[in-house]
Amino acid sequence: MDVSAAKYIGAGLAMLGMIGAGIGLGILFGNYLSGALRNPSAAAGERPMLFLGMALTEALGIFALVIAFIILFVKV
Amino acid sequence: MAAIDPLHQFAIEKMVSLPPVNVPGLGLIDLSITNSVVAMLIAAVAVCVFMAAAARGQVVPGRLQTVGESIYGLVEGLTSSMIGHEGKKYFPFVFTLFTFIMFMNLLGLLNFIGLAHMFTPTSQVAVTAALAIITIGLVIIVGFVKNGLGFFKLFVPSGVPIFILPFLVLIEFISFLVRPVTLTLRLFGNMLGGHVVLAIFGAFVAALGAYALSTGGAAYAALIPSALSFVMVVALTALELIVGFLQAFVFAALACVYLNDVVNLGHGH
Repeated sequence: MDVSAAKYIGAGLAMLGMIGAGIGLGILFGNYLSGALRNPSAAAGERPMLFLGMALTEALGIFALVIAFIILFVKV
Repeated sequence: MAAIDPLHQFAIEKMVSLPPVNVPGLGLIDLSITNSVVAMLIAAVAVCVFMAAAARGQVVPGRLQTVGESIYGLVEGLTSSMIGHEGKKYFPFVFTLFTFIMFMNLLGLLNFIGLAHMFTPTSQVAVTAALAIITIGLVIIVGFVKNGLGFFKLFVPSGVPIFILPFLVLIEFISFLVRPVTLTLRLFGNMLGGHVVLAIFGAFVAALGAYALSTGGAAYAALIPSALSFVMVVALTALELIVGFLQAFVFAALACVYLNDVVNLGHGH
């Protein structure tokens, strides 16, 4: 197989890691909403923790993006 | 059809060439003024102008003062709720971080069609890494100044059986080492990803529109995906405005969390 073709396929496969980040974000916001609808008065206080969890979850997905960029652009 | 080159916007161009400076221990370093440096300077000046205009202290605030006060209130709430009553000391640092990153993100969305586009400094790993290193450096310095060698208690969770303690210390240590990396990559990845997607959809609009107009006949159907792409660009720009603000907020919030770990060390965080 051509090396550049393998690079593109590899970068695409590396982005599969985003699946986990997507599931994680869905769980995060879904649980926040269900908690917030049960007790709306406590919702505002937990919003910083929500964004914090979002940031930490998202970071893992972005690791996948970085790996894809490394595969694509870093010359070995 | 025009070639789609979404990464061209991140190319660094020299605006003012300066001779390389010899830094002891590092060798020759090119300190030329690039478009990235100019964009950062514009952001820094914009923050200063904005805060000077917003901090008039009128009893009935104008529009600008309302925005300035709400940004102040946001960051003040962040530091006091996360760090506690000692958070006031670290407020200037967190506020600077927040406003600087937010202005870099938001000004980076500006595009003067045909003339120039604002460079987004936060889409460079060098810039975000510098911000993350400053943050973690401050955390380490504050940790040692406040706790002395007790700083290392950060890696030892309390109330853990002695058998699994070494593993937990190792995990805590690795998670501490990963913090600057995640701070760097989160901001970088978000800005880079957002701008690449914007550029790709913008290229769709131009390429499909040009194809439809130049070929004619049945090719006019290509105007429909072109228009849809344009709607997508508008929606993504709105999303990028939110993301630019949110990533600055997240960076500031994480800086507060990391500072809280060392400021209130051993107070059951």
